[in-house]
Amino acid sequence: MKGFLLSALVLITTSLWSQVDSTLFRRANKDTSKLLLNMDAVYNRPFLSVGKTPVALGGYVEANWQHLGTDGLTEGHQFQMKRLTLFVASGISRRIKFLSEIEFEGGTKEINIEFASIDFEFHPLVNFRGGIMMNPIGAFNQNHDGPKWEFIDRPTSATQLLPATWSNVGFGIYGKKYSNNWAYAYELYLTNGFDDQIISNAQNKTYLPATKLNRDRFEESFNGEPLITAKIALRNKKVGELGVSYMGGVYNKFQMDGLTLDKKRRVDVWALDFNTVLPFLKTYLVGEWAFVNVDVPDTYTQQYGNKQSGGFLDVVQPVIRRNIFNFNKSVVNVVCRLEYVDWNVGKFKETGGNISEDFVSMVPGISWRPTPLTVLRLNYRYNWTTDILGNPPSKTAGFQFGFSSYF
Amino acid sequence: MKKIRPILFLSIVALFCLQACETFEPVALDDSALLDGPVAGLSAAEHIQFLKGDASFNNQIFISSNGLGPLFVATSCGSCHAGDGKGHPFTTLTRFGQTNESGNQFLKLGGPQLQHRSVPGFTPEQIPAGATFSKFTPPANTGLGFLDAVSDSDILLFSDPNDLNGDGISGVPNWVELKAYVMPRDGSVVQNGKYIGRFGKKAATYNLLQQTAQAYNQDIGITSTFEPTDTYTGVEIDPEISNQEIQDVVFYLKTLKAPIPRQANTDVLAGKQLFLNVGCGNCHRQEMKTTNTSIQSLSNKVFYPYTDLLLHDMGSGLDDGYTEGSAKTSEWRTPPLWGLGLSKNSQGGKYFLLHDGRAKSIEEAIRLHGGEGTKSKESFESLPAGEKKKLISFLDSL
Repeated sequence: MKGFLLSALVLITTSLWSQVDSTLFRRANKDTSKLLLNMDAVYNRPFLSVGKTPVALGGYVEANWQHLGTDGLTEGHQFQMKRLTLFVASGISRRIKFLSEIEFEGGTKEINIEFASIDFEFHPLVNFRGGIMMNPIGAFNQNHDGPKWEFIDRPTSATQLLPATWSNVGFGIYGKKYSNNWAYAYELYLTNGFDDQIISNAQNKTYLPATKLNRDRFEESFNGEPLITAKIALRNKKVGELGVSYMGGVYNKFQMDGLTLDKKRRVDVWALDFNTVLPFLKTYLVGEWAFVNVDVPDTYTQQYGNKQSGGFLDVVQPVIRRNIFNFNKSVVNVVCRLEYVDWNVGKFKETGGNISEDFVSMVPGISWRPTPLTVLRLNYRYNWTTDILGNPPSKTAGFQFGFSSYF
Repeated sequence: MKKIRPILFLSIVALFCLQACETFEPVALDDSALLDGPVAGLSAAEHIQFLKGDASFNNQIFISSNGLGPLFVATSCGSCHAGDGKGHPFTTLTRFGQTNESGNQFLKLGGPQLQHRSVPGFTPEQIPAGATFSKFTPPANTGLGFLDAVSDSDILLFSDPNDLNGDGISGVPNWVELKAYVMPRDGSVVQNGKYIGRFGKKAATYNLLQQTAQAYNQDIGITSTFEPTDTYTGVEIDPEISNQEIQDVVFYLKTLKAPIPRQANTDVLAGKQLFLNVGCGNCHRQEMKTTNTSIQSLSNKVFYPYTDLLLHDMGSGLDDGYTEGSAKTSEWRTPPLWGLGLSKNSQGGKYFLLHDGRAKSIEEAIRLHGGEGTKSKESFESLPAGEKKKLISFLDSL
C-alpha cells in the first residue's frame, strides 16, 4: 500500500513538474468505436499519460454542501468532502493491462483499494482477470464514478441493500461479442465473500455492506467458501442495455479448527439493471432492482430479515444544450431519482402482520455539465423511513449542492 | 449584461437555498403528539446526560461482539419501546415459574423470563414443563421519573386492602424484597423487610435502576455489575455494560417528559366526566404529586398519570397463573393511562393493550376488565353509544 502511494506520489509530482511543457501530456483516447457496457466503465475513464510512459493517471473528486432536516431537527449546514478517487492504469502489453482505483471517502475516514487487477486478453470472449475487483452485481457497482451521475448521494439500494462499492479479491473470466447493433457480455468471478456481520451489525437489520468492516477480507476468506458472482448483459445501440446478475455464497463460519459451529448459511443476491435513452426527448433512464435472500437462523430474531428488495430509477432530461459561461456545449439537465428499499420482506411470526422497515426517497434536481467530465448538482432530497413495526415514518428532507469532476 | 444574468440567477438560487432551506424540511410534530423528549427545565448538564442516555437507549444496538445474548429477547432498548411508547407483540416478554408469593420455583430452569431467541449456534429457552406463564407487552417509558418520585405514603393513601369504603375496589401495594444494589428512597415504608414496588405489570420492580439493569440482563442478555449473572450459563461473568451507561439510561428514563393530553374539546371533557362517573378513576387515579428529588424539574410537581400504582384483582379472565413479588396471580398493577392515545404510533398503527396485548382497541380493553373492574365495566357497557364514544375520545386524548 505504502509503495503504491509512493509511486502514485512520484507520478503526480512528475506530472506537476512536467506542466512546464504541456506537450508532454496526452489524454488517453477512450474507445468509442464499439458499444460500451457497464462492465467497460472501469476502463472507460479519462486518463492522462505522461510522455511516452505506459502508465496513465486519472481520478475524480466530489464535494458538496447540504442542509437536511429530520422531523424538525437539523444538523444545520454541512460541508462534505465525499470522496477523492485515484486511478492508475498501465498497458503492460497490448493484451495485458493493469488498473487500480484507490478511494478516500469522508476525507481520510475510509481509504479503500476498490480495484487492483490485471486483465489478460486471450480472446475477446475469454479474458482473465485477477486481483481486487468489483463484483459485477447490478450496474452501479461497476459504473459508480461520481461524475457520471446527476445526484449527490449514491442510490441507497445500490450502496446499502447491495454493498456498492463492493470489491473482493479473486479471479474470473469475462468476454464480449459484438454483432451489428448488439453487444453481448458475460462475467464470472470467484472471490472472497461475506461474513456473519451481515446479520449482526449496528444497523440492526440484514445489511450486506457490514462485511466491509472486516479488514482481513482482502487476505483471508471468512469461511473458506468462494463467493460466485456472474453477470450477463446485452446492449442494443438503439434500445439500451439490460443486465442480469447473481452473487451468492456461504456467509457464516460454519466450522473452525475442524469443529462444526453451524450449518452452512447462504446469501443469494439477484439484480436487474437497465439503461436507455428515449428517442425524441433524449431522456436518459437508468435503473436497478435487487433481491437479497439470506438464510437467517429461525432461532435468531426477525429484526434481521431473510428477504430484502429494492431499487432506484433515475430520470435525466437534458433541457439546455448551449454555450454557458463560455463552456461550449454545456448541458443543463432536469433530473429525478426515485428509490425504494424494503429491508425486511415478510410477516411477523407473532401477529402475521407485515414487517415494515422501508425506505422511500424522491430526489428532484438540476444538474449542469459544463463539460462531459464535470457536473454541478443541486438536489432536493425527501426520504421516508419506516421502522420495523410500521410506525409513522420519519421524514428527512433538504437541499444538497455539490460538484463531481474527473481530473 | 447577458453574461451576468446567469450569475445573478445562480446567486439568487443559492441565496434562496441557504435562507429557505429549513422551510422545505419536515416540521417537528407538536410536543403533544410525541412521547419522547425531556421534561422541561433541565439544566445544560442534565441535558447532556439525557442525550447520553437517549443514545444508549435508542441507538445502542447489541450484537454478539458487544454482549448480545447468547439468549435474548431484543437487540436494543429501543426495539421494545419505539419512540418511548408501548411495545409490539414482536418483543413481548414471557415470564414463568411463580404462582404465589413464595417466589419463583423455576429460577434454575431459566426463570423468571423466557429468552426465546438466541445468537446463531445457541438454542433458545423454552418454557419448562409445569411452569405457568404470562406475556408482558413492553410499557411506554414516558413520565417514569414522576412515578418514581411519588412518596410511598401517597401510594398507601390510595390503598384500601379491606375495602373499607365499600366501593368494591381494594388496591394493595406489591411488597417486594430489595436487590442488594437498590437503595431505598428517603421516606420509604417498610413492611416485614419488604418495600413497595411500583414498576412493571405486577409492580414488582422497586425503582428505575432495578428496571434498567434487569431489562439489560433479561431482555438483551447483557451483564452489569448490578446484574452480573449470564442468563445462558447461570454464572457471574464480566460486566458487558458500564455502570455509567446504565446510570445514563436511568437518568434518561427519569427525565422523559410526561405525555401531554390533546384535543380538549367538549366531547373529550364530557368523556372525562363519564370516566370519573363510571368509576374508572377509582383505580386509574387522575392526579399524583412528586416529593423532593435530586432532579429539580421533577420535584414537587402535580401530574396526571391515571394510575394508583397499586395491585387490583382483575378477575379470572386476566389470571394467567403467573405472578411476581407478593401479588396474586389475578392481581395487576393499574397501568397509567397517560399517552394511551399515542400507543398506536409505537405499536405499528394498531392497539395491543392490557398486560399481554390481547385487547386490540380501547373498548375491548375495557370489556376485558373483571374482578375489581367489573362494576366500572358494567357501568361503561350501560352507557348510550354516544357517551361511550365520548369516554373513548377522552382516553384517546391522553
